[in-house]
Amino acid sequence: MTDVRPMIDVRGARKSYGALEVLKGIDLSVQRGQIVAVIGPSGSGKSTLLRSINHLETLNAGEVWLDGVKVNQKLGRAAFERHINQVRQQMGMVFQHFNLFPHLSVSDNITIGPIKLRGMDKAKARELALVMLDKVGLAEKIDAYPARLSGGQKQRVAIARALAMQPKVMLFDEATSALDPELVDEVNLVMKQLAREHMTMVIVTHEMRFAAEVADRVLFMADGTVVEEGAPDELFRCPKQERTRLFLRKFLNP
Amino acid sequence: MDFALILRVLPVFVAAAWTTIGISLISLVIGLAVAAVVTTARLSQVVALRFLGAAYVSIFRGTPALIQIFLLYFGGPQVGIQLEPFAAGAIALGLNIAAYMAESMRGGILAVDRGQMEAARSLGFGRGRTMAWIVLPQAARLMIRPLGVNAVALVKGTALVATISVVELTYTAQRFIGSTYKPFEIFAVTAVLYMIMIYGLTLLIGALDRAYAEER
Amino acid sequence: MQGLDFSVVPPYWALLGEGLWWTVLISSVSSLVSVVAGVGFALLVLYGVPVAQYPVRFFMWLFMGTPLLLQLFLIYFGLVQIGIDIPAVGAGIIGLSLHFAVYNADILRAGIVAVDTGQTEAARSLGFGRWQTLFNIVVPQALRSTLPALGSMMVALLKESSIVSMIGITELVHSAQLAISETYRPFEFYLTVAALYYIVNLILEAGLHGIERKVGLSR
Repeated sequence: MTDVRPMIDVRGARKSYGALEVLKGIDLSVQRGQIVAVIGPSGSGKSTLLRSINHLETLNAGEVWLDGVKVNQKLGRAAFERHINQVRQQMGMVFQHFNLFPHLSVSDNITIGPIKLRGMDKAKARELALVMLDKVGLAEKIDAYPARLSGGQKQRVAIARALAMQPKVMLFDEATSALDPELVDEVNLVMKQLAREHMTMVIVTHEMRFAAEVADRVLFMADGTVVEEGAPDELFRCPKQERTRLFLRKFLNP
Repeated sequence: MDFALILRVLPVFVAAAWTTIGISLISLVIGLAVAAVVTTARLSQVVALRFLGAAYVSIFRGTPALIQIFLLYFGGPQVGIQLEPFAAGAIALGLNIAAYMAESMRGGILAVDRGQMEAARSLGFGRGRTMAWIVLPQAARLMIRPLGVNAVALVKGTALVATISVVELTYTAQRFIGSTYKPFEIFAVTAVLYMIMIYGLTLLIGALDRAYAEER
Repeated sequence: MQGLDFSVVPPYWALLGEGLWWTVLISSVSSLVSVVAGVGFALLVLYGVPVAQYPVRFFMWLFMGTPLLLQLFLIYFGLVQIGIDIPAVGAGIIGLSLHFAVYNADILRAGIVAVDTGQTEAARSLGFGRWQTLFNIVVPQALRSTLPALGSMMVALLKESSIVSMIGITELVHSAQLAISETYRPFEFYLTVAALYYIVNLILEAGLHGIERKVGLSR
């Protein structure tokens, strides 16, 4: 508990697509074991912020640090490629559309990373896959192919795939937005379980209730800036900014 | 690159290219005509005709064009068909490409929305008239590109008649590779002439496609 | 007109069988090489450095616009004149492989581009490098989605392999020609050979169909 260095530290993040500025200087600091939810209207830049943490988006300005290592450091092409591959192995990413590999079985989806990137032997990797699948409640699907799974099951496998790399942090990019309503809970349940295990997480979501329940801190973003941030109780119960109030009113009483 | 050589042999190659164009055109006409008949048979309501049409396509697509050429040219005399190399080559290539063109035609017709057929039939048009006035005009547009692909394949396929001594481009190329010892120059000349033909054909197909598109 | 007499064929079964064996062998090897080389060409055209990309583009353009027979003549009769002497079987396999590799590359290029970008992002976010992602995730999916088109190229290759008889390889057509030179019965032998091609073709198509179904099931 003496380690005060943040696990994720984003400073002055700026990003534009042509004339459109989607991130206008964002700061975000996430402590070890902390869970931060990022909310905001679509087009607010929340997904871009999340994706820039593991460099799926390249920032125009600003710094991203992971556990004391600068993610977007200036290196030669080849050196940066090696560096970023290393860094990404320490960050699990969960996508809105799951992005499971359709040509691989559930087991192979989970083990391909440990085997090819960590040199784990196949038997051990399969054991690991079983442990991870057990965690998300899908051990019986180990030999199924993604096409045979429901959306909720796919997303749980995607979480297991990310966890199998033993990441330091988990990034969730609207993990339940593409799911039918009745399948949302099974995925949320898995994320809550991770919260109990003190996984460091950044969760981009449009589910206010879930954010209130699971997050230690909530960021409200709009138009590429952080409008307001705070503990969920404060931010949801008595937001200070008018912009936040309007957004929450629309969302909580549609 | 020996450009003097290229210039010297060019007239011979241009003459050979005309033979390639001639055989392509004749085969194309035979191919389209036979393909139309085969397609009609395949879409007929008479089972025997459908079977014959399907058998034609299956047999000609299931065996090499080279064998079809040899069978007609070398085997023909045994069954009373005596043909010059050029005629045998053009007919065999035409019969061969017809099988592929029949596939393109059938594909075009089947791609026309079923609702079109139903709408016309519900207006009281007979089967034949619906086909002629409603389905075929729409299918024709859809056939142009696939038939164009067939035609380009046909132009390259005409090289096969070199094997029965038709003095077209590839035959000429082989002869000159042997006599000049300059394989790359000869290949370049031949390739350029093939490219010009295929490029011209591609332009023509594009123009046809656009002309059809503008009609509506 | 002599009338047909298929009893001239059976004494040559062994010869035709050997020819058939070579046809199958040459076609199989060339099919395999043409797919592997097709993947290589497609990746070079899409992601290669300009120095590698443009020669491959030019080569593909050249080989797509010219007949296989001409290409075989260049490789077999042409290269020997500049001191590269490739035996006929080798020249035949190289010619067939390159000719179809170019078409396969064209098919695979489209297949690779069509793979969802989310797949690349997922692999990259796990820590896979660019080329690792291509070889482990993108190319296998492209091979699956283009399987029907690659399969029809194999079907075409089997038939076009008959052309290598022209550079003196004793495959099916050439073995028939040997039999004809002794019997003067072209019709009977070419018809027999056509039937053999037809049967092998049916088997190949059934096999490809089976593979497609199996791959379809695993998705």
